[in-house]
Amino acid sequence: MTMISEEHKKEKLGFEETELRLGLPGGGGIINGDLVKNTNANGKRGYTQTVDLKLNLALKETEKGENLQKEKNLISCSNDSVKPSPKAQVVGWPPVRSFRKNIVAVQKSSSEEGGGGATTFVKVSMDGAPYLRKVDLNMYKSYQDLYGALGKMFSSFTMGKCDSQGVMDFMNESKLMDLLNGSDFVPTYEDKDGDWMLVGDVPWEMFVGSCKRLRIMKGTEAIGLAPRAMEKCKNRS
Amino acid sequence: MSEDEELPDLGGGATPNSNSTVVSIGGGDQNYVSPGPDQVLENVLENVLCFLTSRRDRNAASLVCKSWYRAEALTRSELFIGNCYSVSPRRVTNRFRLIKAIAIKGKPRFSDFSLLPPDWGAHFAPWLRAMAISYRALEKLYLKRMCVRDEDLAIAAHSFPILKELVLVCCEGFGTDGLAIVARECRQIRVLELMDSVIRDNEVDWISCFPEDVTCLESLIFDCVEAPINFEVLERLVARSPSLKKLMLNSYISITQLYRLMIRAPQLTHLGTGSFSPLEIVAQGEHEPDYFSAFAACKSLICLSGFKEIIPEYLSAIYPVCGNLTSLNLSYANISAEQLKPVIRQCHKLQTFWALDSVSDEGLQAVSAACKDLRELRVFPVEALEDAEGPVSEVGLLAISEGCRKLQSILYFCHRMTNAAVVAMSKNCPDLVVFRLCIMGRHMPDHVTGEPMDEGFGAIVKNCKKLTRLAVSGLLTDRVFNYIGQYGKLLRTLSVAFAGNTDLGLKYLLEGCPKLQKLEIRDSPFGDSALFAGLHHYYNMRFLWLSACKVTRQGCKEVARQLPGLVVEVIAWNEEENGTSEDVDTLYLYRSLDGPRADAPRLMVRPSLIMLGKALFNYRAGFPLAALKISPSSCGFHALAVEPSPAA
Repeated sequence: MTMISEEHKKEKLGFEETELRLGLPGGGGIINGDLVKNTNANGKRGYTQTVDLKLNLALKETEKGENLQKEKNLISCSNDSVKPSPKAQVVGWPPVRSFRKNIVAVQKSSSEEGGGGATTFVKVSMDGAPYLRKVDLNMYKSYQDLYGALGKMFSSFTMGKCDSQGVMDFMNESKLMDLLNGSDFVPTYEDKDGDWMLVGDVPWEMFVGSCKRLRIMKGTEAIGLAPRAMEKCKNRS
Repeated sequence: MSEDEELPDLGGGATPNSNSTVVSIGGGDQNYVSPGPDQVLENVLENVLCFLTSRRDRNAASLVCKSWYRAEALTRSELFIGNCYSVSPRRVTNRFRLIKAIAIKGKPRFSDFSLLPPDWGAHFAPWLRAMAISYRALEKLYLKRMCVRDEDLAIAAHSFPILKELVLVCCEGFGTDGLAIVARECRQIRVLELMDSVIRDNEVDWISCFPEDVTCLESLIFDCVEAPINFEVLERLVARSPSLKKLMLNSYISITQLYRLMIRAPQLTHLGTGSFSPLEIVAQGEHEPDYFSAFAACKSLICLSGFKEIIPEYLSAIYPVCGNLTSLNLSYANISAEQLKPVIRQCHKLQTFWALDSVSDEGLQAVSAACKDLRELRVFPVEALEDAEGPVSEVGLLAISEGCRKLQSILYFCHRMTNAAVVAMSKNCPDLVVFRLCIMGRHMPDHVTGEPMDEGFGAIVKNCKKLTRLAVSGLLTDRVFNYIGQYGKLLRTLSVAFAGNTDLGLKYLLEGCPKLQKLEIRDSPFGDSALFAGLHHYYNMRFLWLSACKVTRQGCKEVARQLPGLVVEVIAWNEEENGTSEDVDTLYLYRSLDGPRADAPRLMVRPSLIMLGKALFNYRAGFPLAALKISPSSCGFHALAVEPSPAA
């Protein structure tokens, strides 16, 4: 019984699970909503990584209002369990700092074809930009999501036409032709075979599985890739 | 032969003329006052003491008498604060006036493993406030496990105009905004080292903030900054820094960019190679640079690290420097034994080697064969899971012990181990100072004999007579603590997890190890009676950490009552309906000259953080109090906070 309550306590030791914390200034009190979004390899240590290790992961998905109720339910469930699962993970054990775990995971997924793991980080370059960025394709559900993110990332560098919020409007297909003909920018990607393709041709899941690298090219350089896209536009209009 | 006696306290301030005698030297200046004996003494002392650099020597000197205390305080220029809560910043700045270098450590080490709430404390701001007034000539600032905000970096940059070195280890709370301010404002900065810290990406191009006329950079370490870097600007910075010796890049720097930096800085001694992976965004068909010759040109390179996203095929580029390397850190490189061997067999001068267990026992055998001068080895797990079948075991440990007889420090993560291998290491490596073995499965016995790991660790403390730091793991009974208490007479730091049977275990430690400074224990069955066994020693310790053990709130209160110079921090569960429970989740106690801290987070929901210390002592003695607040929140949870009594 002692083991159970110890296990149970360890589950509750995840401070990040408690919603209504008021930390003093300078200490960085975190609301659960922010926490959930930050699960990328930012090298953030401590509590964010605890989320990965802990058992009662259901908690982080719930609405704030229901959180307390669920905690109570979880407690009663744990007390009823007969013995702790031998594979149950414990907070902070083994004692390896979270940035060491993160980095190795990223390595693994980039060495696997198509990144079957939980993260699929690919590098994104934009012609003329001084440095590259990285995105986790698994964080997006569609091309629109991705374009939005890319636009935001590179909006300061773009020399192309932007809408009023400064976001590249890749979503508008009729603009695509303008883009290709002008000095605007076009997203392309390198697939598993090493070929450079225009983003948007294949279904999203297939794209995530085969994309190794993204490059936002100048429209004039993308002409060779464009016929496929232009054909697509013609077919739809 | 010293003529020193206890001199009367002259009211705390230096009054140099109080004991002097007026002597009129015929015809001479009638205002000349010959200095009295204690002033002479202080002058002599001050001139001698400036040669005393070790802080332990200085601490000893300051205890001789009040005159020495004063002289020492006026001449100390380097300060080390091992626990930022052990003393208030004001007390420090009142005593030491001339500080040029300061090191401050904050959170206890187990906070690295998510065992403390993120807003627990260790704020740099209060220290900064005091230092900004009193230490404007500060040149070196070192912080470890502290919360540092961007505003703090801004204030530091403005307050310390001749700051030369800024080193932040395991810190958090700031971002690239703060780095930009440091780069821009600290015009004398020579050393900027960010290690194992969490740094927010504010999407600021901080590298561009180093002014064009700043050319004195000696060390730039930013491998933990997870944000893109403006490469062209970095390249120009490196090109105009002829004194740059240490450069550690982050994973956003490709191997092609690394090449360009290396050819501009062949004088480097310490290099962190960034991603060590090519950037294929350039049009295909372009030639790859001659990485081999870039390394060959770096004739002074002795320390190599990085390899954060290594493509193993590029590893052969480092061959030219292997023969000179004293330190090689491959702990982010998921490489096999076969990939390691051609490199390591050339590293015959290697003294420090960090790797992942992906190199397996076979890789460690290659290390053992090649690196006869090895002093420090760290083997980290690729998969930090308890139930894996890891690639390293007692075989690798044994091989290392047989080949690397000069080993002084080892950190070894594995999934299986035997007593025999540990005993062998204790005999083969008598110079061991640090022995940290982490068998990742909890309560894992010797996998060959099925016995607890007591004998192995016992042999370590018995045979390694210089041992000062130990971390134990695996299935362990009270017996191992008996050994440690019996033989671990020089032990200063001890880490224990999932070990022991009864209170006796902890008692053996507290009664047997007179030099114990830092004791961190988790998930072990030690209770109040063991806690009381250390009352004679807690004032000599930096801290004691007990989490998920068996101590109760009552026991903690009793310790706080008996030792008013301690601060006893308790994180405890409040069972909502039953009122306060006795269970203590985490106990962290430490000596402090200034009582419980005022910046403890107030947790509105469980668990709650309770501060015990002088305040509670006063409460018990019936003095006016000390806010011992119990306020039910609307959710039915209890928050308990104790504040220092204003009357104390």
